[in-house]
Amino acid sequence: METRSTRIGLGVATVAVIAFLWLPLLLIMAYAFNSSTIQSWPISGFTLHWFHEAWHDPEARSSLWLSIKVGLAATAVALVLGTAAAAAIYRFRFFGREAVSFLLLLPIALPGIITGMSLNSAFNFAGVRFSIWTIVVGHATFCVVIVYNNVLARLRRSSPSLLEASMDLGADGWQTFRFVVWPVLSTALVAGGLLAFALSFDEVIVTTFTAGAQTTLPIYILDHIQRGQDLPVVNAIVFVVILVTVIPVTIAQRLTGDTGVLRRGASRTKV
Amino acid sequence: MAELVEAGASLRSARLRISAALWRRPWLKLGLLLAAPVLAFAVVYLGALVSLFVSAFWQIDAFTAAVIHKWTLDNFKTLWNDHTYWRITGRTIGIAAAVTVTDAVLAFPLAYFMARLATPRLRALLFIAVLLPLWSSYLVRIYAWRTILAKDGALNWFLNGIGLPDTGLAYTNTAMWIVFSYVWLPFMVLPVYAALERIPDSYLEASQDLGAKGSRTLRSVILPLALPGIVAGSIFTFSLTLGDFITPALVGGAGSSFIGNVVHDKVGQPDIPFAAAFATVPVVVMAIYLLIARRLGAFDAV
Repeated sequence: METRSTRIGLGVATVAVIAFLWLPLLLIMAYAFNSSTIQSWPISGFTLHWFHEAWHDPEARSSLWLSIKVGLAATAVALVLGTAAAAAIYRFRFFGREAVSFLLLLPIALPGIITGMSLNSAFNFAGVRFSIWTIVVGHATFCVVIVYNNVLARLRRSSPSLLEASMDLGADGWQTFRFVVWPVLSTALVAGGLLAFALSFDEVIVTTFTAGAQTTLPIYILDHIQRGQDLPVVNAIVFVVILVTVIPVTIAQRLTGDTGVLRRGASRTKV
Repeated sequence: MAELVEAGASLRSARLRISAALWRRPWLKLGLLLAAPVLAFAVVYLGALVSLFVSAFWQIDAFTAAVIHKWTLDNFKTLWNDHTYWRITGRTIGIAAAVTVTDAVLAFPLAYFMARLATPRLRALLFIAVLLPLWSSYLVRIYAWRTILAKDGALNWFLNGIGLPDTGLAYTNTAMWIVFSYVWLPFMVLPVYAALERIPDSYLEASQDLGAKGSRTLRSVILPLALPGIVAGSIFTFSLTLGDFITPALVGGAGSSFIGNVVHDKVGQPDIPFAAAFATVPVVVMAIYLLIARRLGAFDAV
């Protein structure tokens, strides 16, 4: 339907926008191999030295370790709470059902700064000292939605009569879960978990309010960028961070066939 | 052996009894499923949120910095009377609006190409090409632009290469506009794509048969049907920009604070009541925006 010139124009615009999206990422990844300590373009030579340096940097290591621990804990919490909530919303019609799903969406519908600040003041108010668990609570608030959306989307595509059939054939709750529910849900859970981990792993806004003096990897990166300190090491870390977030997303996308990853975008609008 | 079998059988019958009991009492099952998430969210999250906005009406003691639990509108009066805060609010909303328009303009041709022209294979590829930047670290992407816009960064290198002078974009409002538009662009592409994909070919054919030229079809058929998607995308671009403080801190100049920067600084001082009072501004703006968006059908779009 579109004329030839329209098609060409749209094609050119598409290439331009995709280039706009990708060039900065590729460029910053190239800096990881910069042999000079000066941040200028073009890079002056190729080296793998900064990866070595970054690996042996104790501060970078401890912040990486903290980020991994937080990510795993937040993902675990999100898997349990998100799945339970999705099952309840899917299976039952009850008073306040809309309110519950709205409540779960709130942490990503509101700007991160609001979530971070309110948790910060609540922790202060309740006399809770900042620890790894305060970060986990902060991250879990927005990770739950990711799992919830993935699981709910999968449940909606499966038939409730499967459960009834299983019960009719004499299976108990555990067997039904193990042989009917689990095979249906497993990839949705893996995908939701991976996305939740990726989200937690590079979260910075809520973390600045719930970490106290602790340093997660994004906080380490932010601090060093702001102070202009050890930038070559930061570049090497950034390279790894890009890979660490890209890989789970690609896997999750394959597991869910588009829908799951899209939900991050979609979920925000269903307020 | 026989004991083992018997134990297995009694375990199984116990499990069956539990299953049956739960089946007969769905409310119990519902309660078990919902208790943890709802309690966690209602107590921790909602409690924190409410306490935050209540504290906007409190104040801190000027000497001890302790929060005084006495109702007052002083924080809001300070905000209203000091035109610094008006300027910061204006800058935040203005850039958020500019970013939203820019992203809509950039996203539309890409989304259109994905939805209506690309082969399924190419479409899947473009999908990944939009999704990966969306999920890759947002901090890293801002940092990438900080190095690109720097004085001896890639942009000036390129401009000098084609015989143009340096831009001097680093640490300006323009830099923030570019970076925000960059960071949130995928959030606009996806809903616009979803809206465009749903337009049946027959609508365009009908428009053509009735004698409309391409531009007329675009204006009278495609854009009205894409509008809910654009509005849905604008909710992200607008809201995410309103609440941000990392981008202004990393690529904005000395006088380019956002609401988020002031709030962040005040929390650090710590003057949580004032921070809470100022934080109500983006929430109120967003609430109004969402009401308008709902009117325009954004919630049915995705």
